[in-house]
Amino acid sequence: MFYREAGQFKTSYKADQALMPILQDRVGLAVILIIAFAVIPALANDFFLTSIMIPFLVFALAAIGLNILTGYCGQLSLGTGAFMGVGAYAAYKLTSIFPEANVIVMVLISGVFSAAIGAVFGLPSLRIKGLYLAVTTLAAQFFLEWCFIRIPWLYNYNASGAIEVPHREVFGIVASGAEATPLARYFIVLGITTVIALLIANVLRGRIGRSWMMIRDMDIAAELMGIRPLRTKLMAFAVSSYICGVAGAMMVFFWLNAAEPSSYSIRLSFQILFMVILGGLGSLSGAFMGAAFIWILPVILKFVPGLIGIDLAAETIEHATFMIVGALIIFFLIVEPHGFARLWQIAKQKLRVWPFPY
Amino acid sequence: MRNFKQLALGTAVALGVGLTGAMTTAVQAQDANYVPLLTYRTGPYAGSGIHIANGMHDYLKMLNERDGGIGGVKLVTEECETGYNAQKGVECYEATKGKGALVYNPYSTGITLQLIPKASVDKIPVLSMGYGLSAAADGQTFPWIFNVPDTYWDGASVVIKYIGEQEGGLENLKGKKIGYIFLDAGYGREPIPLLEQLAEKYGFELLQYPVPGAEMQNQSSQWLNVRRDRPDYMVMWGWGAMNPTAIKEAVKIRFPMDKFIGVWWSAGDDDAAAGGEGAKGYKAMNFSGVGSDFPALDDIKKHVVDAGLSSTDAETIGGTLYNRGVLNSVIIAEGIRTAQELTGKKVITGEDMRMGLEALNLDEARLEELGLKGFAHPMKVTCEDHAGSHPVFIQEWDGKQWQQASGWIEPMTDLVRPLLEKAAAEYAEKNAPWPARTEPCPN
Repeated sequence: MFYREAGQFKTSYKADQALMPILQDRVGLAVILIIAFAVIPALANDFFLTSIMIPFLVFALAAIGLNILTGYCGQLSLGTGAFMGVGAYAAYKLTSIFPEANVIVMVLISGVFSAAIGAVFGLPSLRIKGLYLAVTTLAAQFFLEWCFIRIPWLYNYNASGAIEVPHREVFGIVASGAEATPLARYFIVLGITTVIALLIANVLRGRIGRSWMMIRDMDIAAELMGIRPLRTKLMAFAVSSYICGVAGAMMVFFWLNAAEPSSYSIRLSFQILFMVILGGLGSLSGAFMGAAFIWILPVILKFVPGLIGIDLAAETIEHATFMIVGALIIFFLIVEPHGFARLWQIAKQKLRVWPFPY
Repeated sequence: MRNFKQLALGTAVALGVGLTGAMTTAVQAQDANYVPLLTYRTGPYAGSGIHIANGMHDYLKMLNERDGGIGGVKLVTEECETGYNAQKGVECYEATKGKGALVYNPYSTGITLQLIPKASVDKIPVLSMGYGLSAAADGQTFPWIFNVPDTYWDGASVVIKYIGEQEGGLENLKGKKIGYIFLDAGYGREPIPLLEQLAEKYGFELLQYPVPGAEMQNQSSQWLNVRRDRPDYMVMWGWGAMNPTAIKEAVKIRFPMDKFIGVWWSAGDDDAAAGGEGAKGYKAMNFSGVGSDFPALDDIKKHVVDAGLSSTDAETIGGTLYNRGVLNSVIIAEGIRTAQELTGKKVITGEDMRMGLEALNLDEARLEELGLKGFAHPMKVTCEDHAGSHPVFIQEWDGKQWQQASGWIEPMTDLVRPLLEKAAAEYAEKNAPWPARTEPCPN
């Protein structure tokens, strides 16, 4: 009833192959975009923007990056945090070498370095897969983290060993550094995330995306049908790392303002992996839902005891949040092992046939 | 399964309602001074963080209970749990700054680094007492950051000076080997430039043993190297679980404990106690009082702990880290009081607080008045000097508790100060355009 395709006829191949063939989906996406671009900026306060929305969008983009590799191409990776770090350090070096250049462009270019390094660490994927590949990407994680600590050139020989984001302006608006308003940073992060997500949505349903999925579903069959595994897998590694790198650069430039090597530790890799698994492997909307669950839920849970009038010590709330989120992760994975994206799909299906379930 | 899903839906709706509520509440009372405390009682550094948090909380609570606040205005404190995690620290900062926060004390070098550029924009000072960025001691470049009473470079110079004294003069350091075991993060790496400079000047060899944050509790390989290198002295820059582990390992390899000296953050009671009998003789620097023999601490016991308003046990009062937390709150409280005197206002803002901290003069008489005679060296902050490079003493673990083992030792200010100014200039250059100081000096 609410989600009925009846009456929506497709009269051309173009209409049939559209990104969103169903009217309700297009309306839904438009509503979400209006909320993101107009309603939130108009209503939200600084805390909501800087501590909830910006990190959420950054993590969602990183989850999209990992999803390409793990969800669509079937290559398990534990090196996401390090690839994000490469993007961050590359953007930092680029902007200190070219202080006049547009910082948004620098952030987008930084992903190229990440892509190159990701492709190098993707080389073993031709011979090994599954858990074995996870271990080689784990090596990437440790090696790159070691580089961030041990190569002082990467952090401009700062005494603190951290990278600190300088003040940069884009078209007269302060885009990074402490003076950048949360609103400006939010728009930049939102813009980059939206554009990349839409681009990837299109890539995924085209030739490249389909070849990734063929490799994931059965690599030998794919090879027999003329897909070159090496090129396809390396491309998945490169594209995935590019997106992760951009997310990592955005993390330090538009969210944290400074980052230590420990910001890009194995912990971050796991966090992104949880987002992908919980959101749903092989789903772009799942990446957003997973990021929301892992990042936004704990932040909100902290406010709950105060709101219902229970005075708890800060550390008790922290422990409770930890337990609740952990329990919810287990709960959701038992209810639906394929993640939120699958739950959403089931809900859509139910709405489509409502009120006559079969 | 059906009930599960309803439950999930219900939770989601409740959370949604909660969120909208959270955004509108949390406006502070207008007749109180609000001090957020960024503390950590969870995570790998909780072992050190809990005592600090208790000390900070209890002293401010005591002022509320005993005096009704400062200058007749109550203090509102709120703890925000950071877990020593920089991301959560920034989240805490964003969540509390809108409520009229007077000052931030992040108790983490990582969080301090993130807050430094924000402080001048949001006009809220950051008090990093004996930690954070050493260069911030240059008040002309960093008007909003305070690291009174000492920077890490002060500490590093004191430790070398003390070792020199043990050897009968700094000139006798020639040819000696000094090991430096440190937490491999901004915190532990910061003293290295000065130590290297001192090594060149006095002709000793500096051996470095980094301990990665994730490997804090697994230092066997570093201590194997120590055993092989046989340094004459060991200096430690550790925090959290790293400290007790290092002391245990040192005991295990039978390193002479009287030649093992920690920074003031490696001076906790639990840290030393972990080494058992063998830890006897372990030394550490300190700048806050030893023991609980101070009238102000008695007041804390009477008004806060016995009244059940604290999460402290009566026995932990007087521990090194607890006292450090108290000193941190003393500086905050005195900053507020000074600001009230300067501005004539009762309820002050972050900008007033900055003036108060910059005019802070905690002299002998004031310390006695506070019931803290001998608790700390008198401190004076000026516009130029936000650290003050105050003397530090060495304390020694006697197997049960810390005992003061030396007099107050002055840092090598003549060496440290130029380095600080150079580092501050470098920081400003790297973060160009760094805002020039616009704040007038209060005195």
